[in-house]
Amino acid sequence: MVQHSTAHLDASFAALSDATRRGVLEQLGRSDASITDLADKFHMTLTGMKKHVGVLEQAGLVATEKVGRVRTCRLGPRRLAEETAWIEEYRQLWASRFDELDKVVEELKEKEKLS
Amino acid sequence: MTNPTTVERKSDREIVVTRTFDAPARIVFDAWTKPEMFKRWWAPKSIGMAILSCEMDVRTGGKYRLEFGQDPSSSWAFFGKYIEVIPNSRLVWTNDESDEGAVTTVTFEEKGGQTLLTLSELYPSKEAFEAEHGAEDALPEQFEQLDELLASLSAGQP
Repeated sequence: MVQHSTAHLDASFAALSDATRRGVLEQLGRSDASITDLADKFHMTLTGMKKHVGVLEQAGLVATEKVGRVRTCRLGPRRLAEETAWIEEYRQLWASRFDELDKVVEELKEKEKLS
Repeated sequence: MTNPTTVERKSDREIVVTRTFDAPARIVFDAWTKPEMFKRWWAPKSIGMAILSCEMDVRTGGKYRLEFGQDPSSSWAFFGKYIEVIPNSRLVWTNDESDEGAVTTVTFEEKGGQTLLTLSELYPSKEAFEAEHGAEDALPEQFEQLDELLASLSAGQP
């Protein structure tokens, strides 16, 4: 079953905090690609792209496999998706409660002013 | 514009929600602890359940009971007791509807006329946390929402 470790979540969110890495995920969502392909696509050095892929791999978002001299990347297990899904759901519940609470609070503020 | 609500997973058995309100702490505390106010915001339409009844004895050792549902025959309840109440500052209550329910702590910190509200749910164990929040409860529509979220991330939006 899914492991909800904080370290894993931190790794996931850190991985998603970078525009290039989000782009790589989007690209891999369309098709698998080698690190060389990705480096070309994002106008980066091979070393730079290796680092990004490493971060994504660490977070479980990307899986890589070396065949001969080529390392192919594909989307990793969907662990992050499941974790962020419930956190986002939970956040939305509280956000909609608190938006309603804002209204009650505003009303109480008005009443206090008048009295 | 509404203020942002943030959620942070503090440990494998605790989750924390924070939100700022543009009002003094006593007002936010009032809206939280008076049943007629509480009923108006705790169950927003989007969560798809209505509060049937709400009893709150907000003092240390006092009990609360919230009933949800369409009618009394098909209702379900959330209940527990307040284990710490410091007016305008701090509320701690138990969630006794399940054997391994969380202890919820809400603090109200006033700064310059605004109130920073912090809500923590601390479960007795990692297993209890996962029973409540586990991804096994995730529904397909949650994944759809996530897909939208990831799409907006990919598009470089904030």
